[in-house]
Amino acid sequence: MSTTDLGMPAVRGGARDGSRDTGLPTHSVAGQGNLRGTTSFPRAAHEKLADTQLRRNLGKATGIIRGKRAGVVAELDDWEELRLAGSALKADVMARLPELLEQLEENVTARGGHVHWARDAAEANAVVAELVRATGSDEVVKVKSMATQETGLNEALAEQGITAWETDLAELIVQLGHDAPSHILVPAIHRNRSEIREIFLREMPGVDPALSDDPRELAMAARAHLRRKFLTAKVAVSGANFAVADTGTLCVVESEGNGRMCLTLPGTLITLMGVEKLVPTFSDLEVFLQLLPRSSTGERMNPYTSTWTGVTPGDGPQEFHLVLLDNGRSAVLADEDGRAALHCIRCSACLNVCPVYERVGGHAYGSVYPGPIGAVLSPMLTGISGPDDPNASLPYASSLCGACFDACPVRIDIPNLLVQQRAASVESHPRPTAQDLALRAAALVMSSPGRFAAAEKGLALGRLLAGREGRISSLPWPLSHWTDSRDVPAPPAETARQWWARTGGHDEQDGERS
Amino acid sequence: MSGAREEVLARLRAARDAGAPRGGVPPVPRGYHRSGSLAPGSAQVLDLLVERVEDYRARVLRAGSDDEVAGAVARCLDEAGSRRVVVPADLAPGWRPRTGEREVVEEHPGSPLAVAELDDLDAVVTGSTVAIALTGTIVLAGGGPGQGRRALTLVPDHHVCVVRAADVVETVPEALARLDPSVPLTFVSGPSATSDIELDRVEGVHGPRRLDVVVLR
Ligand code: SF4
Repeated sequence: MSTTDLGMPAVRGGARDGSRDTGLPTHSVAGQGNLRGTTSFPRAAHEKLADTQLRRNLGKATGIIRGKRAGVVAELDDWEELRLAGSALKADVMARLPELLEQLEENVTARGGHVHWARDAAEANAVVAELVRATGSDEVVKVKSMATQETGLNEALAEQGITAWETDLAELIVQLGHDAPSHILVPAIHRNRSEIREIFLREMPGVDPALSDDPRELAMAARAHLRRKFLTAKVAVSGANFAVADTGTLCVVESEGNGRMCLTLPGTLITLMGVEKLVPTFSDLEVFLQLLPRSSTGERMNPYTSTWTGVTPGDGPQEFHLVLLDNGRSAVLADEDGRAALHCIRCSACLNVCPVYERVGGHAYGSVYPGPIGAVLSPMLTGISGPDDPNASLPYASSLCGACFDACPVRIDIPNLLVQQRAASVESHPRPTAQDLALRAAALVMSSPGRFAAAEKGLALGRLLAGREGRISSLPWPLSHWTDSRDVPAPPAETARQWWARTGGHDEQDGERS
Repeated sequence: MSGAREEVLARLRAARDAGAPRGGVPPVPRGYHRSGSLAPGSAQVLDLLVERVEDYRARVLRAGSDDEVAGAVARCLDEAGSRRVVVPADLAPGWRPRTGEREVVEEHPGSPLAVAELDDLDAVVTGSTVAIALTGTIVLAGGGPGQGRRALTLVPDHHVCVVRAADVVETVPEALARLDPSVPLTFVSGPSATSDIELDRVEGVHGPRRLDVVVLR
């Protein structure tokens, strides 16, 4: 079985060699990139739940960021209006995506840039590797980019003898630790300062052995380590937060200045970007440049935002390549409700408020996109190949509490999408059980109009399964692995969203955060 | 490669139609504030800017005249111990730090300094294009008056930036409306920073570790 029919016409599994070009919406190609782990979520979560250090690191970090976000969001009396605009802008982009991409291409090209297209991860990696090789360089500096994580670019470049240097502090920690990212924004969120110090002492050539675990000292060690690279690199690879169709402008939002270094100093810049990152006009950035920093780092504005349009003589890279990536996005776009997952601006607010993410961390999700959005986006990009597909269990990585929807700056109704993906997951099950059917029925109910109430309606089902004791001690596949390891409390009569609104997420578990 | 282009576009066209919302796409509601309640350049908007920039732990000095700008710039440089200073060739003459103990290098667009030369300099003094009071953000336009190319405000470790009152607006939309997207733009909100270690904010990583702002009324 190559793919699951999600109730839409003709979405197909990605062909490994791209030979079956049919012009139909296509899932990402199995075996490429990092959209799928090897272990089902419940099993991976089970392991992570036993890691108390991990839970402490995550609890502390997400607690801090939730507080900061709430503070800066409360400052704006037009926050809801900004969310509504952001959501509508992205819906408009999806409705005109091919046209807007052609407009972007035309504008980038008119300003001296080159535009490339990639059907899947392997093609994107090959295009980038070829562009790097053409410069004669055997190394690149990199700005943190989810798209290149998704395609596994660093590994693909290494196979071609090209070294990729991650320059974002968290990515550097992950790279030096021979580790995988666990958060969209802070990929090393699972590491605490003393673990980071150990990694630096072990892996950073020439580091001062007296290095302490003070974050300032650690950041300065990273600065010293990367400075020479920045000043001498010939080629940089970046992602993009936004691309503006009507001007051809690219936008990167960052904090440390490593982004500015990469976007400014090397002679060649290669930007890899998912096709959904568009906004229609330059002035539409006025919405997203307010939504993104407040939602992601909890700041009024991030330290640095860079925009550039093609090539500017005498300023910055004189060779600019933009690579536009499909890799399953067309399959997501083909689903009327599901396409909302493409609205995501990767702020990570939904991760930070998710009680499931907070306890298991990003690695349990397998895909580079963890947390609530990853739990829907990953299986939508890859398709669900059957009950043994690790991504089949991802839509169950949620209690449907609704906190993710409330936090999402572009109002993605993640609980509703999770329920729909559960239905897709059940569809892939050869012989549905009674519980499968119940879940499928629930999915139908929950995808009916009145989305806002969707998460609340889900509670009724949970309470039904829980029985009289008020604990769910076993759940139908695939949540059974999950409930084997711990009793899941039955959803309370008060909806989680109401609970969240009342408490801001601070419950008795606060005791374990310090 | 053209095969990939045609295939991706064909997939997306099919997907656009297959997943088209049955009710069509509603117009974008613009109920958010597209302008602020404080007039650009007003005393209140300047106060807000100063408060918000200081919140990022950047230093802010106020000046009432070009002469006072030069004095404030000199003070910032002295306090940081920055002796070798670069300025874009078109920086307003009145804003330049007086030489003396300092060495001031001019960069002309026709003869850019090598990166290694920039790295040898202690500080850069520039103007700016727009500032956003609400977020404490200063926008530099590459090649804009007194702003130089992007590398100039990036490599030296200390940036002294002059903001004119008339360029200060309250909100993000007002700022974007004043900007030209065809030139490279850098939005600067405080010195470089990272929160990557336990989400603890550390100021000063790869970008200039010290940012001083001189607000000219
Ligand atoms: S789904 Fe929404 S909250 Fe989650 S990362 Fe994307 S934009 Fe942010």
